[in-house]
Amino acid sequence: MSEIQIWTTIFIVLSFGAYMTIAWRSRVRETEGFYVAGHGVPTIANGAAIGADWMSAASFISMAGLIAFLGYDGSIYLMGWTGGYVLLALLLAPYLRKWGKYTVPEFVGDRYSELVRTISAVAAVIVSFTYVVGQMNGGGIVFSRFLNVDITYGVIIAAVVIFVYAVLGGMKSITWTQVAQYTVLIIAYLIPAVAVAQVMTGIPIPQVSFGQILDGLNSLSVELGLEVFTDPFTSRPMIDIFLVTMALMIGTAGLPHVIIRFYTTKTVRGSRWSAFWALFFIALLYTTAPAVGAFTKFNLLQGVNGTPTDQLPSWVENWAATGLVSVNQNADVINSVSNDPAAGADLTVNNDILVLASPEIAGLPAPIVGLVAAGGLAAAMSTAAGLLLVISSSVSHDIYFRYVRTHAGDHERLLVGRIAMAAAIVVAVIAGINPPAFVAQVVAFAFGMAASSFFPAIVLGIFWKRCNAIGAATGMIVGLGFTIAYMLYTLEVFGLAAHDPILGVSPEGIGAVGALVNAVVTVVVSLMTPPPARHITEMVESIRYPSPRRTQAAGAGE
Amino acid sequence: MADTEDKSPDPPGGNGWRREYWKKNLQLMVILLAIWFAVSFGCGILFVEQLNQITVIGFPLGFWFAQQGSIYVFLLLILAYCLYMDRLDKRFGVYEYDDEPAGGAAEKGGES
Repeated sequence: MSEIQIWTTIFIVLSFGAYMTIAWRSRVRETEGFYVAGHGVPTIANGAAIGADWMSAASFISMAGLIAFLGYDGSIYLMGWTGGYVLLALLLAPYLRKWGKYTVPEFVGDRYSELVRTISAVAAVIVSFTYVVGQMNGGGIVFSRFLNVDITYGVIIAAVVIFVYAVLGGMKSITWTQVAQYTVLIIAYLIPAVAVAQVMTGIPIPQVSFGQILDGLNSLSVELGLEVFTDPFTSRPMIDIFLVTMALMIGTAGLPHVIIRFYTTKTVRGSRWSAFWALFFIALLYTTAPAVGAFTKFNLLQGVNGTPTDQLPSWVENWAATGLVSVNQNADVINSVSNDPAAGADLTVNNDILVLASPEIAGLPAPIVGLVAAGGLAAAMSTAAGLLLVISSSVSHDIYFRYVRTHAGDHERLLVGRIAMAAAIVVAVIAGINPPAFVAQVVAFAFGMAASSFFPAIVLGIFWKRCNAIGAATGMIVGLGFTIAYMLYTLEVFGLAAHDPILGVSPEGIGAVGALVNAVVTVVVSLMTPPPARHITEMVESIRYPSPRRTQAAGAGE
Repeated sequence: MADTEDKSPDPPGGNGWRREYWKKNLQLMVILLAIWFAVSFGCGILFVEQLNQITVIGFPLGFWFAQQGSIYVFLLLILAYCLYMDRLDKRFGVYEYDDEPAGGAAEKGGES
């Protein structure tokens, strides 16, 4: 075993042990604990849990790498995956918490009809499943590189650990484990970033100091056949950048595994502050990511520029074993670098390895490399657990007990919830071993689907009393159908040929258009059909105010 | 059911406060969302090329808004929302005291 492997093993064993201990201490016996942690999670802890739930293998492993190669155009992920929290805090969180039950489909079921509930339960399963596949694969990459375990076994090891704590403790142990996982992943992300910033610029705040290398990075990039780092719209036209950012933001606010977290707070006020703390914890990583991307790319390019292929830095050989880095057989000296294997550059580097390899590329000591590995695993596992909970609750709570066993007791509900979770894990492992595309890309499609299905239905349901069930159902089906159809049209999947995008709109960005289509259809159909029943408008009215009014209000009388 | 509390009789003066509270809420929402759009989609995407002509401590300004500034603004927007809504809740007597056992029990009463 190399020094890096020893440290990686130590950190992974320690962190897994901590997760298991926490999970055991917060195991649950009631359905309410299993689905919403008994509505008893403190605000700041909930914020950290949302952060870990949110920041997936894609955020931790892929994002900085994507930014490194996309430059400015990588901003779609930075803005898209944070801006959605403004929508969540202002448009969804307080109202859904006030209404306060277990799942997202349950809300639309109460607000509209059972049919809408079933459509959204199916949509929730599809969306969460697309997303969880990326997490499983991300976990596998970490294992295969750092411990020389085959990706298949890596995925299985990660799945077994998630299995134990998610099935045992449901939302309660998932939440508290996620608080621990957030701590691990943020430390693992910040330490190397701060160290690299200090070494390269003398200022240990990566967010501020990476401005100093941008000029150098721009000229190095051009020298090695890449685009100018800070120039906008090099890989996508402006309209696509706009739409992808919008789709990711709306998708963030429509993802069931994120929305569900706002059900776990004690109060409506707590759900607002949870959104604040969540974005605070997320921003720590998201403002660091572009700095990591820029520094790592600068180091990488500088390290290989004009170097003969037999004298390359050692990280190239270490990572070549995973097949994620490759040197062109015909090259003697590295004169071009690319992340696209088809480009035929002298050195091809996969986006996904940049963060994991950044300590090695920067020459940082072995314990830090091991810590980053543990952080990557924490990110992948925490998100996977949250998603599996959504799949489990949709299948058992929203479908099985609605149609098959309508009068089940609490004990049976809990048992079926656990069985559904276990089944979901098994399917996720199989799909995680054979993922359809790059980790971050897979995730991007889940967002388009969430954006075009849930978000308009929920927001219109809260802010427009006239919105009715037929409108929402048609809107969701048309919006989701439109989005999926366009994705199938532009992508090569299921044996279909890929067509060129229309007007430069990529399949990642189509969700924004799908959401608009959904909203327009919902409004038009609602207006053409009878208004919803009185008890439904009363329910909408009631969720708009956090608590019953006290007759002696502080400072009242205005 | 969590909603039993709303069946309690309305305080004297009817529901006029509700319209007022909701209007204030919507006004704040529109203002904050306008800033949200202007900073991220405006400065970060639509006008990025013009802003990139200006450089601040090494960052082209449009690039900075897209990769750093917009995130800080998002955080401030949510903070402003939380603080303002806390004040609004207090003024209208719908504030929840989650630290006080009495208030917390009343809120949770219907759910457990």
